Amino acid sequence: MSQADGALAADGRVLIVGASLAGLRAAESLRKEGFRGRLTLVGDEPHEPYDRPPLSKQVLTGRVASGSTALPQAGGLDAEWRLGVPAVGLDRAAKRVVLADGDELDFDRLLIATGTRARPWPNPAEAALDGVITLRGRDDTELLRRELTAAPRRVLVIGAGFTGSEIASACRELGLPVTVTERAATPLAGALGATIGAVAARIQREHGVDLRCGVGVTALEGDDEGHVRRARLDDGSTLDVDVAVVALGAQRNTEWLRGSGLGAGPRGVACDAGCRVFDMYGIVTDHIFAAGDVARSPHPLFGYEFLALEHWSNAVEQADVAAHNMVHAEAERRPYLHVPTFWSFQFGVGIKSVGVPSLAEEVVITQGSTDERRFVALYGQRGRTVAAVTFDQGKWLEFYLDQIERAAPFPPQFRTVGQPPSPRVLPTEFPDPALPTEAPMIVRTGHSPTERAWTLVPARGGRR
Amino acid sequence: MRIVVDLNRCQGYAQCVYQAPNVFELHGEEVLMYDCGPAEAQRPEVVRAAAACPVQAIRFDAADDGT
Repeated sequence: MSQADGALAADGRVLIVGASLAGLRAAESLRKEGFRGRLTLVGDEPHEPYDRPPLSKQVLTGRVASGSTALPQAGGLDAEWRLGVPAVGLDRAAKRVVLADGDELDFDRLLIATGTRARPWPNPAEAALDGVITLRGRDDTELLRRELTAAPRRVLVIGAGFTGSEIASACRELGLPVTVTERAATPLAGALGATIGAVAARIQREHGVDLRCGVGVTALEGDDEGHVRRARLDDGSTLDVDVAVVALGAQRNTEWLRGSGLGAGPRGVACDAGCRVFDMYGIVTDHIFAAGDVARSPHPLFGYEFLALEHWSNAVEQADVAAHNMVHAEAERRPYLHVPTFWSFQFGVGIKSVGVPSLAEEVVITQGSTDERRFVALYGQRGRTVAAVTFDQGKWLEFYLDQIERAAPFPPQFRTVGQPPSPRVLPTEFPDPALPTEAPMIVRTGHSPTERAWTLVPARGGRR
Repeated sequence: MRIVVDLNRCQGYAQCVYQAPNVFELHGEEVLMYDCGPAEAQRPEVVRAAAACPVQAIRFDAADDGT
């Protein structure tokens, strides 16, 4: 590994805003790359960086305490931590970040890693009821865990994306009655399409979930003490519930950058393939970088479309590239070419994915069978392979990753172990993007680095 | 101590389950559940589990004495 040198590496100041997985890994990489200057991490939560995936799994079932998912840290980090204080503003000209407590931190290089938060229930009065919970952080999990251990009559999970499905799985493991509502035709439809989502639906029902697809919740009602007791659905039915988990995806934490002049908005912070952030005109900045859930960057494998990836591996890999590029000269910079990868564990099944399933129009089972709940599904877009999804067949993913990276033809030309006798190419059945559904976790955010709809770019009619 | 497993990498070889059965458990074929913050006394087992992992997916912090 080439080591950073020069004045910046010796006594520069790097500021990382966001103290979760991406922020921590970037800090570790900076030190590994030879950065010896001042390193500061700012985080809105009071906790040290912790791992989130266990929160909807072993923490919710009580196998692991919520406070014990703190991430291991490399020795010699020698960082200054500003935890429990969110950043509220950025002054690009002065190279300064303002914190909520009024403190101002100067930087030579800034990494934006503020991530996402759970999308709240749209009705604030209903969202404020006791027992109405979103799950994103450690404190949310403790709250939900308390509700789940109070013997609720029924748990309602609104939204059958990965988080909602994993919460439903944990509830069933705890023996709790659970209803899952999902506006799309199946669970995981936004991430995997309804064709594969139908398999997830069968798995949920086999595990005793009362799954209701094509249905939305119109109202949550509380008792005199302000605790949720009933949900009204848009098919006219009502449900008696003591807990309502709102799992409607995530919102990007970019509000603090309002007025900074960066290309930041509800879709994320736009950056180039080297993690350098664009300003609102699409000009790349020299000192500001982004990584993790909050970043959106063009991917050369997928038509240079800007992708925002809410994946664990994205936080790790992108933080590493950002850290490298922050302290190296232009000629030594590295591109971020990571192919999206994620996993989800639910109802005893390991679901894994590589590539971008939501780009695909067609899907074919290349190994195993959906009846056995063990299979590989290959996704194709206009004759090329763009993604693979496995249910309990993760060991094959490396092979498929290679196919995706080489833009291999679709339908596939190769023979496989456990190939179905007559593989049928099916439509993927992704929901209409206009349908409010669970979050797909890979968000296609178009080709433009600027956010015309949300920033101060003058529109053609002369209006601002 | 603190542990994190890269579950993209994990392929359910279950070597960690043999080395540190109190820390790692398989629920189904691929679903690895683990204790993210086991007691310090488990460290020797975790070190063996991390070394035995065929895909090197287990990461843990250094002990206070630097080992």
